[in-house]
Amino acid sequence: MPAGTLYRGREGMWSWVAHRVTGVLIFFFLFVHVLDTSLVRVSPEAYDDVVATYKTPLVALMEYGLVAAILFHALNGLRVVAVDFWSKGTKYQRHMLWTVMAIWIVLMAGALYPVLGHAASEVFGS
Amino acid sequence: MATTESSSVELTGSSAGYSPENPAPVIEPPRARTQKTPRASRTNFEMHGWLFMRLSGIVLVVLVIGHLVLQLVLDGGVQKINFAFVAGRWASPFWQIWDLTMLWLAMLHGANGLRTIINDYAERDTTRFWLKMLLWTATVFTVLLGTLVIFTFDPNIR
Repeated sequence: MPAGTLYRGREGMWSWVAHRVTGVLIFFFLFVHVLDTSLVRVSPEAYDDVVATYKTPLVALMEYGLVAAILFHALNGLRVVAVDFWSKGTKYQRHMLWTVMAIWIVLMAGALYPVLGHAASEVFGS
Repeated sequence: MATTESSSVELTGSSAGYSPENPAPVIEPPRARTQKTPRASRTNFEMHGWLFMRLSGIVLVVLVIGHLVLQLVLDGGVQKINFAFVAGRWASPFWQIWDLTMLWLAMLHGANGLRTIINDYAERDTTRFWLKMLLWTATVFTVLLGTLVIFTFDPNIR
């Protein structure tokens, strides 16, 4: 705990922090992603070589993290829109955050096999 | 007290000293734009940016989640992706427009988000200026490169 800080924040502050952190992460990925896709203009081999790294278990784990960041940013972004444009938005902002987290957990569970299934069978054998 | 005899309203307190001959000082509305307002803040740029973040965000939820389902979930996930898969998708103008819209909206949405973060945390004027120059250079480069790649894609490159 930092000394001299009384404010610990609540759902509103921490969702704001998480929205910033995930936003920055997604932006940096997007920059790299446009560069790697641009290799289709170099040659099919150059593109396939780089995309092959996306299929390795370690990068698959990072992809799962990317999906986690994007889904949180997307769902919480819709909550921010609701807070700004819905007359009862501020009243229910906390309820909406827990709804966002519930949907996020369900979607992350659903993404587990499609994103990590191949990596798991490669690491643990099948 | 210097209230006029003809007035039917009896003024009290601090307003009592004012009359048509001795008017009260005018208080400018706090955010009124005047001749002294810097040129940069005479437009509604920040409000339009705020609105853009919300509107583009809603569109991006659909475009990006659709993109993730197509690339990472359906038909073997990321394992299926190679040059031939990209060529198959960009043979259709529908996916070209999908990807082009996603590229532009995501880059502008992300760049504006990072601009806000730079404004919040970079305290020195020169640091802020150079970080934003770097941000806009990277953004313009990425948007133009991506657009060029989508429009000039050649499935028979080899």
